[in-house]
Amino acid sequence: MSTIASLRIGEMGYISEESLDVIPLKLLEMGCLPGAEVRLVQIAPLKDPLYICVNGSHLAIRKETAAKIKILKVNL
Amino acid sequence: MPKNNIKVALIGNPNTGKTSLFNQLTGLTQKVGNYPGVTVDKKQGTSKLSATQNAIITDLPGTYSINPTSIDESIVLKTLLKKDIKESPDVILVVADVENLKRNLLLFSQIKDLEIPTVLAINMVDQMSRKGISIDLTALKEELNTEVVLISARKNTGIEAVKDAIIKCHIAAKATPMCDNKKIDPAYFDQLKAINPNYTLYELWLMVTQKNFPEGISKQEKEQLLSFNKDVSKLRRYQHKETIYRYQEINKVLKKTYLVDKSKATDIRAKLDKIFTHKIFGYFIFLLVLLLIFQAIFDWSSLPMDLIDTTFAQLSDFARSNLPVGVLSDLIVEGIIPGIGGVIIFIPQIAILFLFIAVLEETGYMSRVVFLMDKIMRRFGMNGKSVIPLISGTACAIPAIMATRTISSWKERLITILVVPFTTCSARLPVYAILISLIIPETKIFGFYNLQAFTLLMLYALGFVTAILSAYILQRTLKIKSSSFFVVEMPNYKLPSIKNVLFDVLEKTKAFVLGAGKIILALSVVLWFLASNGPESYKNAEKNTLDKAENEHLGSDELLQKVAAAKLESSYIGIMGKSIEPAIRPLGYDWKIGIALITSFAAREVFVGTLATIYSVGSDDENTTTIKEKMRSEINPVTGEKIFNFPAGMSLLVFYAFAMQCMATLAIVKRETKTWKWPLIQLFGMTGLAYVCSLIVFQILK
Ligand SMILES: Nc1nc2c(ncn2[C@@H]2O[C@H](COP(=O)(O)OP(=O)(O)OP(=O)(O)O)[C@@H](O)[C@H]2O)c(=O)[nH]1
Ligand SMILES: [Mg+2]
Repeated sequence: MSTIASLRIGEMGYISEESLDVIPLKLLEMGCLPGAEVRLVQIAPLKDPLYICVNGSHLAIRKETAAKIKILKVNL
Repeated sequence: MPKNNIKVALIGNPNTGKTSLFNQLTGLTQKVGNYPGVTVDKKQGTSKLSATQNAIITDLPGTYSINPTSIDESIVLKTLLKKDIKESPDVILVVADVENLKRNLLLFSQIKDLEIPTVLAINMVDQMSRKGISIDLTALKEELNTEVVLISARKNTGIEAVKDAIIKCHIAAKATPMCDNKKIDPAYFDQLKAINPNYTLYELWLMVTQKNFPEGISKQEKEQLLSFNKDVSKLRRYQHKETIYRYQEINKVLKKTYLVDKSKATDIRAKLDKIFTHKIFGYFIFLLVLLLIFQAIFDWSSLPMDLIDTTFAQLSDFARSNLPVGVLSDLIVEGIIPGIGGVIIFIPQIAILFLFIAVLEETGYMSRVVFLMDKIMRRFGMNGKSVIPLISGTACAIPAIMATRTISSWKERLITILVVPFTTCSARLPVYAILISLIIPETKIFGFYNLQAFTLLMLYALGFVTAILSAYILQRTLKIKSSSFFVVEMPNYKLPSIKNVLFDVLEKTKAFVLGAGKIILALSVVLWFLASNGPESYKNAEKNTLDKAENEHLGSDELLQKVAAAKLESSYIGIMGKSIEPAIRPLGYDWKIGIALITSFAAREVFVGTLATIYSVGSDDENTTTIKEKMRSEINPVTGEKIFNFPAGMSLLVFYAFAMQCMATLAIVKRETKTWKWPLIQLFGMTGLAYVCSLIVFQILK
């Protein structure tokens, strides 16, 4: 199954419901909710961190966190 | 009419304009910046709400929720859970960003559930049309059961409405919760509520999850609450559920009241992000920005600095010829004027530095730097967020150390605190500037880059590199376990508000000059006293020198100089300098520099003022020359060489680059780490390193 870390720049996905327990509370509170649409905006030059847009929030998170959050990819 | 002041607390997500609103309400000028985490401590001010009603406004650090993950955020929780009547706020003013209302309302919903009267100010409404946002205000007020005001803290609109709403809300004193946690698990939360019905369910829930208890809680109740804390995974699950539930409620409200027309939105952020976070251009631009800052510090400031320098020399001249001869005028001419001049002269450079930092913070560029640098900084045991303290440390280590509060991992934060004082702060600038102008020629390299500016740049680089390397060593040696979780918000790019930037520069420059000025004024008086008084031998110095010189047939000028020098040497300060001379001679310094080292232990910038005072006392020429000229002409009586020659100058530069000479920083580190251990490690580690490196530099170069 794909995760946020497996998205390519510009790609989108929906955070899957089963991720609820692995998403850190802080991220949840910042809008990174199951069911929310997440888009990968940019990857930092050294491949880490990732710059994502979720629920209207623009956030930079580390790859290790992103790799835990499962998503359903949207094929554009 | 109530004569009591209403206590209002400003709470909201980071970077929503709380401090800007605070400034509008109080007329005070707190620092604002387009970087999450600019305010890391609370600040208070008073505001006139109406002809008869005043309010005490508290500005708090931004937070995404009441569940804190870093020190700055926990300040908010502490303010809210305080049941102390004197301290707890009467009204909470939640400041939200119109563009990201959904996320902002999460915090709002939590605060509502504490059942404190709340006003919601939706800020940055000047951006609404550009983003295609429309709000049904009446419906929103109704849905949220709250006073809602649309404002723009930058354009100064809606401020009066905020004041009215605060008064209204205070009088009505009604507070209705927005969510009800019972919906998650009725039995569980009923049990919780039964512990102490005087508190709201959400307050009790916070006590359980945050283990933060107000004073009114009895020991037995505390134990009961803690027993809820046993099943950690259940707790976590409920916290997650609660967040989802809150977002569901918020979505319901926003669906009816908040509309975004994506087609109307114009967004330049994506384009700018492509450039500023680009693999190559990103770093390139960052480097260019740094280069520009240093070029500006040297080039733009040279004219005003020369002006100030000569003005103070003239002032001394003027004072000398117009004041009656006596002890007091000696104190003014030889102590106070040169001492103060030594600080004033650096205003241009410091102001330029503060100007750049303010602009970078206001535009939102800083977060991009955090994004670019996180991976690199992590290798050295720090965090992308450590870049901000390291950059603002070039102004002053004190706000920089405060800024580390946003770093949630204690180990990364501690390392950042420990290495920040290596970055070249503005107090080193005076020392560097005068030494560079004495030992580095004013030529251009590559045809355009000023060699002196380049040397300065190298010193800044030396500071950064040392900071990074020591962080690496600390990462290896410190045995501290702390989880490192990292998330940064990337704010929208903004044109800096000129008013905010100028206020910021003014405030910080003023703080620097007054702070440093006070120490320097006091020290220069003390110094002057110590330099013009002494034990028995001091009183005989003049006579002895004259006796000895009798058969040398000296000119009267030379004779006077000899007498002055002999007097200084046997004065109290001379004795102090002499006593440490053996230790510093291998570094290339004489006892006069030794005196400056002693006095600048309190604060580095005192170095220049001290030498100015010493040379004013020590020289006897009636034409007061500038400090620089005095230092340039200083000769070592033993070797006949210039004191400030290349090797000694370089050795001094290195010493000041590394040594921990700032009492204020040590005090702040003690406060932030809560033990003397770390500031003492800093003091001995850094100063020891400085001694060894200067020794090596001087011995190689001489
Ligand atoms: N366009 C616009 N920008 C604003 C407005 N109010 C504040 N800003 C900008 O928003 C940024 C953040 O403002 P601050 O007042 O520092 O925000 P804060 O909430 O105190 O931030 P923290 O202390 O980090 O939590 C600054 O760049 C301000 O100039 C507004 O009404 N409109
Ligand atoms: Mg603020």
